[in-house]
Amino acid sequence: MSHVLDSLDRRLIEETQQGLPLVAKPYQALADTLGINEDEVLSRMERMQERGIIRRIGLVPQHYKLGYRYNLMTVWDIPDEEVSRLGPQVGALDYVSHSYERPRHLPLWRYNLFAMVHGRSEEEVNEKVEGVKALLGEHCRDFRLLNSTRILKKTGLRLRKRGGSDSN
Amino acid sequence: MVDSAVQQETTLDTIDRQLINDYQSGFPLDPNPYQLVGDKLGISEEEVIQRISRLLDDGYLTRFGPLFNIEEFGGLFTLTAMEVPMDRFEEVNEIVNGFSEVAHNYEREHQLNMWYVLACESQQETDEVLERLHQATGIKPYPFPKLQEFYIGLRFEA
Repeated sequence: MSHVLDSLDRRLIEETQQGLPLVAKPYQALADTLGINEDEVLSRMERMQERGIIRRIGLVPQHYKLGYRYNLMTVWDIPDEEVSRLGPQVGALDYVSHSYERPRHLPLWRYNLFAMVHGRSEEEVNEKVEGVKALLGEHCRDFRLLNSTRILKKTGLRLRKRGGSDSN
Repeated sequence: MVDSAVQQETTLDTIDRQLINDYQSGFPLDPNPYQLVGDKLGISEEEVIQRISRLLDDGYLTRFGPLFNIEEFGGLFTLTAMEVPMDRFEEVNEIVNGFSEVAHNYEREHQLNMWYVLACESQQETDEVLERLHQATGIKPYPFPKLQEFYIGLRFEA
């Protein structure tokens, strides 16, 4: 399932991971930097998108600034044998943005199902949490709601540049 | 980079909102993408560029461009948590954020109060970074690698 990047794809990632150039012809600008033509930049990016190497291209909002002040990591302790059945149902709720099964760290951490829930008011997120709780029903042995009180960093992926001078 | 509460508040107009709502994905792979977007919104290419720059500067956007999934080319994201004593929080935060492998970092209300995501190119690199984080902070990082992924569909309405 995993793809191997050739060196040009890798350089394209390195050159765009901080952002697409804000100039009239951004792909031409990238082509000039890499010493290839614009068509090749476009077709490589298209191919990376088809393969899922590029998840999406667009604007990434800072959700707090858009008024989403309640960003809960909701975590649930459910029996291991129920995770594969219940996880997809929780993930399918339209207000759950990501959902994963993750390992426990006992005794400190007993929760194995993680679901991110976002909202603009406490009431709104509470309602959403109730929805998850109702879905899990008797299989929910315990849960916690971890609101994020501060974004400390949000830069996304940063591959180190290979070859050339690397000051990172 | 700590989000500041004293940031000057600016407001979004209708076109800003439309830009944010319509282009969280699907930004055109075309020689003149800003022109195409401008045509849809009824503004000039130049204005699209200026608006995106301003939204980035004002903190409404954290990024603009392609978002990569490192897991499609051999790497992995690893959610990791630490129990940071409150009197060391800022110091530890600086150390952790100084790692280029830390893609996001959030303060959360729990005994485990610092939660960040490592983006590494291999499991071996992840293990090395976890060890370096432990040494640099003196605090044990707890990795929470995903065992199963159920859904990712993140979209926010402006």
